[in-house]
Amino acid sequence: MSDDLYQQVIKTLAQADHGGGRLEQPDGAARLDNSLCGDRVTMEVRVGDGRVIALAHQTRGCLLCRASASLIGLRASGLAREELVRAAADVESLIAAAGTVPPEWPELESFLPARNYPSRHGCVLL
Amino acid sequence: MTLDVRRLRGEFPLFAGATEPLHYLDNAATAQIHRSALDAVIRHETTARANVQRGTYPLATAASAAYEAARADVARFFNAFSPQEVVFTSGATEAINLVAHAFGATLRAGDEVMITAAEHHSNFVPWQQLRDRAGIVLKVLPVTEEGRIDVAALERCVTARCRLIAVTHVSNVTGAVTDVAVIVAAARAVGARVLLDGAQAVQHGLVDVQSLGVDFYAFSGHKCFGPGGVGVLWGRADVLAAMPPFMAGGGMVGQVTESATAFAEAPRRFEAGTPPIAQAVGLAAALRWMGGLDWGAIRERESRLAGRLLDGLATFPDAAIVGPEALNQRLPIVAFTLQGLHPHDVAQVLGDRGVAVRGGHHCAQPLMAALGIDGATRASIALYNDESDVDALLEGIGAARRILR
Repeated sequence: MSDDLYQQVIKTLAQADHGGGRLEQPDGAARLDNSLCGDRVTMEVRVGDGRVIALAHQTRGCLLCRASASLIGLRASGLAREELVRAAADVESLIAAAGTVPPEWPELESFLPARNYPSRHGCVLL
Repeated sequence: MTLDVRRLRGEFPLFAGATEPLHYLDNAATAQIHRSALDAVIRHETTARANVQRGTYPLATAASAAYEAARADVARFFNAFSPQEVVFTSGATEAINLVAHAFGATLRAGDEVMITAAEHHSNFVPWQQLRDRAGIVLKVLPVTEEGRIDVAALERCVTARCRLIAVTHVSNVTGAVTDVAVIVAAARAVGARVLLDGAQAVQHGLVDVQSLGVDFYAFSGHKCFGPGGVGVLWGRADVLAAMPPFMAGGGMVGQVTESATAFAEAPRRFEAGTPPIAQAVGLAAALRWMGGLDWGAIRERESRLAGRLLDGLATFPDAAIVGPEALNQRLPIVAFTLQGLHPHDVAQVLGDRGVAVRGGHHCAQPLMAALGIDGATRASIALYNDESDVDALLEGIGAARRILR
């Protein structure tokens, strides 16, 4: 049931909107749209010595999409590029029902019920 | 005449076979198939399956006869002047694309096509592509605050260069019924043609193209209790006759030589390749069944259910209706927003409670932009729905408001 999907951690993350906003001088930016629902995430990043110095995002989306973006905003600072790439792969396999929750991203536990909703995987992964 | 909804519902195989409660309120996306349509498809595929207009053996003759009989049934349903005005397509989208390409090929740079901000992408993007391809001027008629097409703007927007007004008959988001007569009058005043996107209208009653006075009418079979993969473009004979082919291939030619091809007359000119034969037969069966229904009673009932839903939504202080609230201006397609809640999340909670609705932009992003919203949750009522469906929806909305906050 969707009661599991919308756990308090998800709602709290979405509401907190960690990293919400824009950076003044980003080194890189990306914008992704979910063409099915119109959700949109714009993410900006500033890097130094191969690590994330600051990350900001503007997210228009459902709770899962917003919680996911907020989690990145919460945890990305200080991570090396390869650590971020690995985290993205971990989330992808986690949602596909194959992976386990990485200890440095404990909040991902709350995203596990999304496994049972294939139509919502795109919301988490956008 | 009282409508026996329980009996009616039993005529739909999906409901008859359902093992769990299902409150199906996504009829604007796809309506359930009626048993008569499904039976007709199965009967055709098991007794008369062959290609049409090609073979001379009895089975092929039977297939051709069934296909042309389906064309005649569609023509009767729409009160068309002739079955030859009925072109079978894969759906309303292809029907509109057909006009955008074939009628569009007769336009010159600088000619104007008018659409509206209320259109489904299917009646929006093909015209943008024509604009980019042919240099026509594409005008977009605005909508009012409640999402109705602003027909008051017609006078200043329609010019002598207008060649076509392509407009939805009924909005797939707001349920608003278009004032077709005003649009036809504006078009006729400058000699322009009118296309109606009837994808949402046919499900809710009989359509008379002669009374509407339009030139093209497009609709899909899966939205009017028929099979998927089939639709219709109805076009006036003289208008179709002046249009070049849309797609090329077998079945749409007169004679082909190494140097040139002579094309068949309409409708075959626009039906390249093997058409959706069994689907057309199934669609005709659905329309024959629809033709025998008491639409006065159905409309009264659908309107009552829409009113029950609108009244229920009004009890939620954070709910806002997208579209006109007056029941006489709308069909039972009700879109709404809930303050701070995303339509996908609302639709998810409802879906888990057996209430099937749609959340999102409904392939109408220009309308969403005009109304200043990102999306909406939409419940669309059909003739087999009853009070329990509306009540389950309202109860589910209450649950969504608790779960999602």
